[in-house]
Amino acid sequence: MRTGVECLMDGLQQAGVETVFGLPGGSVLDIFKDLYHAPFEFILVRHEQGATHMADGYARATGKVGCCLVTSGPGATNTVTGLATANMDSVPMVCISGQVPSNMIGNDAFQEADITGITRPVTKHNYLVRNVDDLPRIIAEAFYIAATGRPGPVLIDIPKDVQRASTNALTPQEIKIRGYNPNTAGHPRQIAKLAEALNRAEKPLLYVGAGVICSGAAAELTALARKARLPVTTTLLGLGSFPETDPLSLRMLGMHGSVTANYATQECDLLVSVGARFDDRVTGKLSEFAPHATIAHIDIDPSAISKSVAVDIPVVGDVRHVLTALLPLVEERPREAWLSKLGQWQEKYPFTYDQDPGKLMPQYVIDKIYELTRGDAIIATEVGQHQMWAAHFYKYTQPRTFISSGGLGTMGFGLPAAIGAQVGRRDKMVVDIAGDGSAQMNFQELVVAVEHQLPVKVVILNNSYLGMVRQWQEMFYKGEYSATVLGQADRPQNERVPGAAPHYLPDFVKMAEAHGALGLRAVKREEVVPSLEKAFAWNGPAVLECMVEREVNVYPMVPAGASLLEMIHSMA
Amino acid sequence: MKHIISAVVENQPGVLARVVGLISGRGYNIDSLNVAPTNDPTTSRITMVVPGDDRVLEQVTKQLNKLVDVIKVHDFTGEKFTDRELMLAKVMTTAKNRSAVIELASLFNARIVCVQSKSLTVQMVGTTDEVDNMLELLRSNGILELSRSGVIAVGRLD
Ligand SMILES: Cc1ncc(C[n+]2csc(CCOP(=O)(O)OP(=O)(O)O)c2C)c(N)n1
Repeated sequence: MRTGVECLMDGLQQAGVETVFGLPGGSVLDIFKDLYHAPFEFILVRHEQGATHMADGYARATGKVGCCLVTSGPGATNTVTGLATANMDSVPMVCISGQVPSNMIGNDAFQEADITGITRPVTKHNYLVRNVDDLPRIIAEAFYIAATGRPGPVLIDIPKDVQRASTNALTPQEIKIRGYNPNTAGHPRQIAKLAEALNRAEKPLLYVGAGVICSGAAAELTALARKARLPVTTTLLGLGSFPETDPLSLRMLGMHGSVTANYATQECDLLVSVGARFDDRVTGKLSEFAPHATIAHIDIDPSAISKSVAVDIPVVGDVRHVLTALLPLVEERPREAWLSKLGQWQEKYPFTYDQDPGKLMPQYVIDKIYELTRGDAIIATEVGQHQMWAAHFYKYTQPRTFISSGGLGTMGFGLPAAIGAQVGRRDKMVVDIAGDGSAQMNFQELVVAVEHQLPVKVVILNNSYLGMVRQWQEMFYKGEYSATVLGQADRPQNERVPGAAPHYLPDFVKMAEAHGALGLRAVKREEVVPSLEKAFAWNGPAVLECMVEREVNVYPMVPAGASLLEMIHSMA
Repeated sequence: MKHIISAVVENQPGVLARVVGLISGRGYNIDSLNVAPTNDPTTSRITMVVPGDDRVLEQVTKQLNKLVDVIKVHDFTGEKFTDRELMLAKVMTTAKNRSAVIELASLFNARIVCVQSKSLTVQMVGTTDEVDNMLELLRSNGILELSRSGVIAVGRLD
């Protein structure tokens, strides 16, 4: 006989869990009682949202399933943003929540929340465990569902009485779920059709997303692109799936994509989506997206196919399986005309920024992070302009080295995700590139990095604005900066605050120091490199705040709903 | 265009909420909904009538298929199938109209299942159109209460 809690501990171990992120409370006291002696590491967070993003960052950096554990009610509701973030970006995660005793469910008991009801639309699947006999099976299923097919977060809600009840049930040897049979192989006829299309195409383009990374297909993709000389553009979450230092890389496409990638999309005669889902931030105006192209789409998720863009050659299957089968069927081609045209665009339209030595440009900081880490770091980001610059000015060459909330766009994701990534990859330098707005969400988790000696580096590009929103206000809302000014001086009338404005608010150097980390500030351009060097050489967590030029915009930009050809290059 | 979607699901708490939530979360209305166990008591069949254009419903069907608790989904649109609804209508009656209501019921192959001094309850099984027709004709008598089961359907091939 085992108790529910014992089943849980065994189940986590059998699933290969090495680290659990979480925070206790009344309804999980029994779990924490056994956790006290558990063979895996527990990381105590300071807010449950932090736990979810840490589990998420851990999963993105390692490919393993991230795991977090929270109490009922507020503990559980605090996980909602983290689950939604993971769900949008297909990140494998298992979140365990305590629940009030079964007989009190539905009675508005203390710290009761219907968390399976609340999280139903933002998880891949969830369970409310009613009977302890089901628990060993549910735990095994949860990890299986999280990791297979199109990965995603799974929540298991365990009432307190179920945790304490006993059972003879064992973990099943084999998992069979009749409603869940992800198809991995890919239909040979469809693969042959795709190969034929590739061999025939004069202006092909591979449009690559996170599917390549989660299926572990970066090597296969690179081999395919190099063999058939196929240019590659990636989504934000596809960064790292193909070396951006390779001349075949056109960099990222979409709203803030490179000119070359967007031009290539509009001109190609065959567009092959490899594990990318035609997100609206990628396609721009749908009716004008890739107008000359036959569209092929490789995806493990049948519902991703023809969701927004009608697909001519669908291939449902695991990207790695499909690419492996495709490679021998694809012929070597020089494609000189197409590649030289792309090369000319690349030369003419690189990502650029103001090189005035008197200005501390935000992009410059990222340029220097790239140089100093020799492109070998794991970069996590928050959400905003800095996130886009982190995509433009750092070149990613390895999968699982760019960790960012793409689908949900969650500010406050980067720091906890960086901590989770560092837990999974202690051998790597992990840098969170942040804006001063995002950095104020979940900053409390820095103590976790300090406690556990996880030497993450947080580089804050402080423009004293909610910069990305300010940019939209500048470009599309008459320059009226409503609620985007984080500094005190130039706020609109109705946001004025009484009294004299302090110079820095908050003072991130003091914030860092208060949390036990090294705090640094660079005010001038020439201070950036020495500060970065100091932060990177420091053997613990460090926060570097760079006081960057305040009103810099991310370009190029395709306005929402416009065609990819309608790129704005500056506010002339 | 109305789609009749039939899903075989795990007969478990929460599954209906998941299926309905998926549809309502996308802003679609469900015209009718019917749930009952199949011949395998561990599964239930959910039959829904959902209005919407074909592309949208194809996407809904794929999304339903993705749900772990959903075993099979079928959209009957454009196929041969048999569909029926059950209607119970309590019709106001007086000495004057009573026999007319009974006559109408027999014309539609409907039955009178409850007889009371001031009302008759008419039970009818038919396609949605047939039930609509019948109702239209009954309406002038005054309908006190109406309950319809929602469409259920089975395919005609094999
Ligand atoms: C949790 C959350 N709230 C609001 C937003 C909307 N939003 C997107 S970007 C942005 C500004 C981010 O500002 P900051 O972190 O300072 O970065 P910057 O754009 O200045 O680089 C906001 C408010 C969001 N993405 N996430």
